[in-house]
Amino acid sequence: MKSRIIVALAGNPNSGKTTLFNALTGARQHVGNYPGVTVERKEGSLRHGNFDMQIIDLPGTYSLTAYSDEEKIARNFIIEEKPDVVVDVLDSSNLERNLYLAVQLMELGVPLVLAFNMSDMARARGYEFDLDKLSRFFGARIVQTVGNKEQGIQELLDAVTATATEGGGAISRPTDKAVNADNENQGGVHGFQGQAPSINYGSEIEEEINKVKNLIIQDGVAVGKYDARWLAVKLLENDKELRDFIGSPALNEQVEKSIAHIEKVIGEHLETAIAGRRYGFISGACRESVRSTIEIRHTTSDKIDSVVTNRVLGLPVFLGLMYLVFHLTFTLGEPPMGWIEACFGWLGGIVEGWWPEGSESLLKSLLLDGIIGGVGGVVVFLPNILLLFLAIAILEDSGYMARAAFIMDRLMRKIGLHGKSFIPMLIGFGCSVPAIMATRTLENRRDRLTTMLVVPLMSCGARLPIYALIIPAFFPQVWHGPVLWIIYVIGIVLAVASAKFLRSTVLKGESVPFVMELPPYRMPTVKGIFIHMWERGWLYLKKAGTVVLGISILLWAMTTFPGLSDDRAAQFETARREILGGTMPEAEKTARLAAILNEEAEAALQSSLAGRIGYAMEPLLRPMGFDWKIGTALIGAFAAKEVFVAQMGIIHSIGEADEESETLREKLKKNYTPLVGFCIMLFCLISAPCMVTIAVTRRESNSWGWALFQLGGLTLLAYGITVLVYQAGRFLGIGVV
Amino acid sequence: MPLTIIQVGRIVKLVAVEAGGGLQGRLAAMGLVPGVEMEVLRNTPHGPFLIGVKGSRIMLGRGMAQKIRVM
Repeated sequence: MKSRIIVALAGNPNSGKTTLFNALTGARQHVGNYPGVTVERKEGSLRHGNFDMQIIDLPGTYSLTAYSDEEKIARNFIIEEKPDVVVDVLDSSNLERNLYLAVQLMELGVPLVLAFNMSDMARARGYEFDLDKLSRFFGARIVQTVGNKEQGIQELLDAVTATATEGGGAISRPTDKAVNADNENQGGVHGFQGQAPSINYGSEIEEEINKVKNLIIQDGVAVGKYDARWLAVKLLENDKELRDFIGSPALNEQVEKSIAHIEKVIGEHLETAIAGRRYGFISGACRESVRSTIEIRHTTSDKIDSVVTNRVLGLPVFLGLMYLVFHLTFTLGEPPMGWIEACFGWLGGIVEGWWPEGSESLLKSLLLDGIIGGVGGVVVFLPNILLLFLAIAILEDSGYMARAAFIMDRLMRKIGLHGKSFIPMLIGFGCSVPAIMATRTLENRRDRLTTMLVVPLMSCGARLPIYALIIPAFFPQVWHGPVLWIIYVIGIVLAVASAKFLRSTVLKGESVPFVMELPPYRMPTVKGIFIHMWERGWLYLKKAGTVVLGISILLWAMTTFPGLSDDRAAQFETARREILGGTMPEAEKTARLAAILNEEAEAALQSSLAGRIGYAMEPLLRPMGFDWKIGTALIGAFAAKEVFVAQMGIIHSIGEADEESETLREKLKKNYTPLVGFCIMLFCLISAPCMVTIAVTRRESNSWGWALFQLGGLTLLAYGITVLVYQAGRFLGIGVV
Repeated sequence: MPLTIIQVGRIVKLVAVEAGGGLQGRLAAMGLVPGVEMEVLRNTPHGPFLIGVKGSRIMLGRGMAQKIRVM
């Protein structure tokens, strides 16, 4: 007997599947992605009696026909990985609709257990179930559960164990003839042993199913993988994936013929007809075994909706909530960010202490600037990520997110996006990283990718220091506000235009028609929210952290090597010694030494790989009005946008500067025109998002291709626009003095 | 008649969805099959359309609602 049971959790979206999964596995979860797609794969484990159970939370689906990535994944998992038991989680307060998936699982012939979840709500709504009868109809054990109160969990696990130990692997239904449902099962609470019943689709359809089925058996293509009858039904339903799977022309021809024949006879689309028969089976079963005692027309959910999605109040309520999310993420996140920074500063101090004061060492520089600086730069965003996902989890689990999509849909649709895209774009003003992670709430891959790709155009918080440095350096006081506003608006306009562009070119394709369920409002569970938050935080640290560590070491190397030549180093050393041995006052000595140190840093950066690349790029940068110094600083800015300011300081030999540095502003004013200043801001706004953003895009899109497309596309866009603005400005004589 | 001309609060029966097979199947999986009763819950000139079907609330784009014939 097996001691290990693999359980797949299937169910409609909003059936409380994830809550039940959390109740089953607690914190023993693992989240990953299914290969090649952006759909999450969640696994957990637990021990029940003598059994180790591995539980896989399949994506929420309405059916098992391959309409979407989620459905393909759920179906292929069940067919290919043959879990020992499939638990279908149903919202029992909305049973008929939820049973549609159960019927399909039943037809697939997998060992099935039905979890009638939210049974407390069903009771409150006045439903009474004859579970024994339903159990016979669907050929599966039925257990009533309340996921958010962790009720019925033990009973569910008992049913899973019993079903698993009955023997009979997945998809090995011995016969496929319709079984009369009432000759099975003696005693056993809501239990079922024996063959699964199947649906009678009516003589016209059944005849064609048999024809196709016989061909399938002859052909032998599906042996060991698909049940022949099931495959026949799916082919007649015109399931794209399976139609492609069938190579045999004879079989394809028969399928075409059968579909055409049936549609002619019954006068409706076959897919709809098959779905209709399934619902017929469900209604029949429910008529006999479900009683509704109270008729409730207007539930609490409808009452809340009449305010929240109200034509007048809807938008203000939504904007208010969004402001709250934004505020919570970035204000509450500030103190812990400070602590983390302090922590890394302290760590840096300790590491620095390992070397005698003033000494230079490559290892020290690597540890301090490369590793601690790089990792610190990632970890510092963790409070933002956690708070943001706390807020999102609450909005999502309560059911509000679907309403937000409802409200924003009209506006977002005009730019080719989905109502839900609004939230990531808003968060993008704070930081692109959590914003890109927030695109997870978008189910459609194209909507999600488009949103992900344009999010960096929303000017993030890290770009603010750049504007704060440059605007006062070049523009008179009265212009400070307007220039900043213009920069932000340019970002928004470009984001909207790019989204529209992407949706009509690279990410074109049949636009998925807008159909979405508004789930009833629910109280989110604390456990669910914290699990959600922890998952996101951990994923962020793990994946982004490893890539970022690599890139920041690389950037460190680029700005460090090959270093000053021995001659140059010796020159600086001699200069230092001269001053130390000189007779000038102490204060002047210190100042001169500092000046030499700055000059040395400038020279080192200039001769580093980054400096040389900046130099080599200069002809390319010229049309934008940039010199090699700006180019080199931009390379550093790839680590994090705000690094640009510090790099500009070093390269203009005034040491590490911040955005308040007047000396740096003076230098800029002397070297560049206001037009160049504006172009710097423009370029920083649009171009290459920082490496953390790229790493996160790579993770979330599951492809380097899209991450590099984002990097390349935005950089090209930035280049084009900046060149245009600079040349036009020069031609018209704006901002050249 | 198309679903879009039905007033809020009325309960109608779905006759057919005038769309490609894939979309029909998708709607069917959500309970929208011919013969099913649905209540129009929201019908504003430009925004999405809201209906109640088999105890759940389903939001449709206007273009989508235009393709649903009811009686």
